[in-house]
Amino acid sequence: MPEPWTSPLVEALKAKFGDQVVKSYSFIGQNQIEIKKDRVLEIMMFLRDYEPSPFSYLVDETAVHWPKDESFELVYIMYSFAANDRLRVKCRIKEWESIESVVSVWPTANWLEREVYDMFGIRYANHPDLKRILLPEDWQGFPLRKDYNFRLQDVEWVRKHLGIESGQKYYVAEARAEAGDYVTPQD
Amino acid sequence: MNLDPIINYILIPLVKIGILFGILSLVIAYLTLLERKVIAFMQVRLGPMRVGYHGLLQPIADGVKLMLKEDIVPARADRLVFMLAPIITLIPAFIVFSVIPFGASSTIPIPAFTVPGLGWTYSGSMTGLFITDLNIGVLYVLSISSIGILGIILGGWASNSKYPLLGALRSAAQMVSYEVALGFSIMGVLMIAGSLSLVEIVNAQKNAGAWYVFLQPLGFILFFICGVAETNRAPFDLPEAETELVAGFHTEYSGFRFSLFFLAEYAAMIVVASMAVTLFWGGWLRPFPNVAFLSFLDYVPSPLWFALKVAVFLYFYLWFRASWPRYRYDQLMKVGWQWLMPLAIANVIVTAGVMLLLRG
Amino acid sequence: MSTNETLFDASEITISMGPQHPSTHGVLQVKLKLDGERVDDAECVIGYLHRGVEKLGENQTWGQWVPTLDRMDYIAAVSNCLGYCETVEKLMGVTAPPRAQYIRTIMTELNRISSHLLWLGTHALDIGAMTVFLYAFREREEILKIFENYCGARLTTHMFRIGGTQYELYEGFQDEVKTFIKGFPQKVEEYETLLTENRIWIGRTRGVGVISAKDAIAIGLTGPSLRGSGVAWDLRKAKPYAAYSDFEFDIPVGEHGDTYDRYMVRMEEMRQSCRIVGQAIDKIPDGPLMAKITKIIKPPVGDIYHSIEAPKGELGYYLVSDGATQAYRARVRPPSFVNLQALRQMVIGSMVADVVAVIGTLDIVLGEIDR
Repeated sequence: MPEPWTSPLVEALKAKFGDQVVKSYSFIGQNQIEIKKDRVLEIMMFLRDYEPSPFSYLVDETAVHWPKDESFELVYIMYSFAANDRLRVKCRIKEWESIESVVSVWPTANWLEREVYDMFGIRYANHPDLKRILLPEDWQGFPLRKDYNFRLQDVEWVRKHLGIESGQKYYVAEARAEAGDYVTPQD
Repeated sequence: MNLDPIINYILIPLVKIGILFGILSLVIAYLTLLERKVIAFMQVRLGPMRVGYHGLLQPIADGVKLMLKEDIVPARADRLVFMLAPIITLIPAFIVFSVIPFGASSTIPIPAFTVPGLGWTYSGSMTGLFITDLNIGVLYVLSISSIGILGIILGGWASNSKYPLLGALRSAAQMVSYEVALGFSIMGVLMIAGSLSLVEIVNAQKNAGAWYVFLQPLGFILFFICGVAETNRAPFDLPEAETELVAGFHTEYSGFRFSLFFLAEYAAMIVVASMAVTLFWGGWLRPFPNVAFLSFLDYVPSPLWFALKVAVFLYFYLWFRASWPRYRYDQLMKVGWQWLMPLAIANVIVTAGVMLLLRG
Repeated sequence: MSTNETLFDASEITISMGPQHPSTHGVLQVKLKLDGERVDDAECVIGYLHRGVEKLGENQTWGQWVPTLDRMDYIAAVSNCLGYCETVEKLMGVTAPPRAQYIRTIMTELNRISSHLLWLGTHALDIGAMTVFLYAFREREEILKIFENYCGARLTTHMFRIGGTQYELYEGFQDEVKTFIKGFPQKVEEYETLLTENRIWIGRTRGVGVISAKDAIAIGLTGPSLRGSGVAWDLRKAKPYAAYSDFEFDIPVGEHGDTYDRYMVRMEEMRQSCRIVGQAIDKIPDGPLMAKITKIIKPPVGDIYHSIEAPKGELGYYLVSDGATQAYRARVRPPSFVNLQALRQMVIGSMVADVVAVIGTLDIVLGEIDR
């Protein structure tokens, strides 16, 4: 049950950026603001330099995939030493869109955004070095998406690198169809 | 036929070389075990315990293992130089021992004899407890030790790989820097003794009534520090630092060749310790050689005094390794050039000044 | 190379330190561009230990995911467990009972000591002081014995459950912990005599890997590395969790932001942890061990972020729930991942030997970085 939340910070944001701020609410005591993606960089810079409590420390930057509305929700969690409080800023983008990178605001975002790209495939504009970080350079696919068929990934990898058939093929429609007729434990 | 030249100049030295080589190999092998045991005890653990009683057969097991290992030569390495490098490091370390005295000259009598049927005669002689007494002994030791550096550079270069190359270059630069300070630090001893022959230096200590460490304390400290640096041992062991460059210049070596590098390092340690004992701590002399009422100590044969003193210094080597972190490369060079060398030169000047004053 | 060029003409060598290397603390590859001994550039390549922990979080139930988390920061597994259990409890709106909170605090602080001991041992070993490694492990062995007696495992402990702890304290727990606490400060003194005043140690760590407070905050450094740069910020004081608000302890802060200061900060932290355990062990309240929660855990719809002060920095969990038995999105914010970014700016301009010292001082665990 998120409750609407307002504060001088939200007022200042709304005053400066108007309709970019979609809503602001608070859930279990954690304050969140949802913004649109168009002026992300300016909003982040504003937050980083906001006077009474500058959010100088970016705690985390990650994404959540909502396939039902074909969108990603980008989450920026930041912390202000002066106010000893965190703020969560969310931003929804459609699956094919890219967003401005905030590396110029907080250098922390460098690897955090690389990981989001690696796991979700979200491209960041103006990122100094956007390439895969945790997975090998030549990996196809983005694992943390909800439509990523990791069983199929397993079947294909095992076939290619080990030359044998993986046990996961019993659970993957594509692999079953390809292999012809055999009986699975579920049949 | 007079057998004098053959026996005096060929047979006796050969026998001595054989005995020394045998003893030395055994000592080096057991030095490796001693190192592991001593460092283990300092680190609250036991060291090798399984092979033989409390690990006493460990060096033999290691030797057999290294000899039976596959001989790997990197594909792009320079084969001939790769094979020569450990030999070039090992041989100088061993041949330096030919001038180190373990006892006084003219101590062992060889009786005269005649072979009746063939008419060969030998007139007998007294021989000393050293292979030879070169009158330029110290110079010989210093110059032959320098050849060892060549082997290290060649080993790193011939491996044709980055880590050994970096390790070899660092090692070479380090050894060259500390050699200068080493040479200067013993000049004080040479000036006081008045001779380059190692046997003469020990005799001079006997005549002077005091071991030279009391006359040249700074010289000794500098010599030992430089000696530790020369042998690439902790805290100056950056060239073979396991945690930084894998194994430095001997990364690509395995099996028998590696054991040659390994042996060379320990032989060099024993050389430095022996030199320290001979030059500063009275060589084979017993403590207080001129005090009459301690003459019961003469029953201990002099090579044993020598061995005891060398053992103390080898223990220091192991103690340093267990206790201290290692110097970074630039700090190492700084210590060598900015501290040790000026101190060594100052030592020489002060010694010369004092000698002039005392002489008139 | 042409015939006129030799290996020495190349002014820059690229060396790959790792992934198999005796001192990169796991499978980390650092690509160094060297000009002689000076480092011109350092690029970290990670991901060799990536196991898909976050994807597993979406496919295992809330309770099933906990053992997987132990394998992340395997050296300080208790902290991982604590952070996650607290996050889910917060989302569900339950609080663990006081007895469980105290047990959690004691175990987490012992865990902090053991993690710092391992850091000390490996850091000293990298710089060359081999003996400290063995002394530190001797102490660590005592703590691991206590862990084993309590929950059966030394390293990947899975000590806590969502809602409290499962295991009751065993007979003799208080005595064992008290014996350890009594003897530990002298042991820290012992390590200090070997290292703190040692000229070679000071030479290797003073002025090495310097990072200013401003840079540290900008790059996201947390934990003892941040405190070494002068920022007195500790989540145990800023946003107290578990039973920390009941205890008195200090936060050590460094000054220059170099390796030596971070070393002193961690040594002092070990002593402070000892102090916390000493205060807690006598006052453990009686009571139930688990809060009243349903057998099948189904948190309400929503998302939450909660973090704790792990030995390595700020360990945070961002959990998104859609009311099911499995998380919709389970994100771990690993401290070592963000700390490792600082390696590049700490190392550029210094020597090869310093790279090893800086990797040691950042106290990274690859299991956490790669998940």
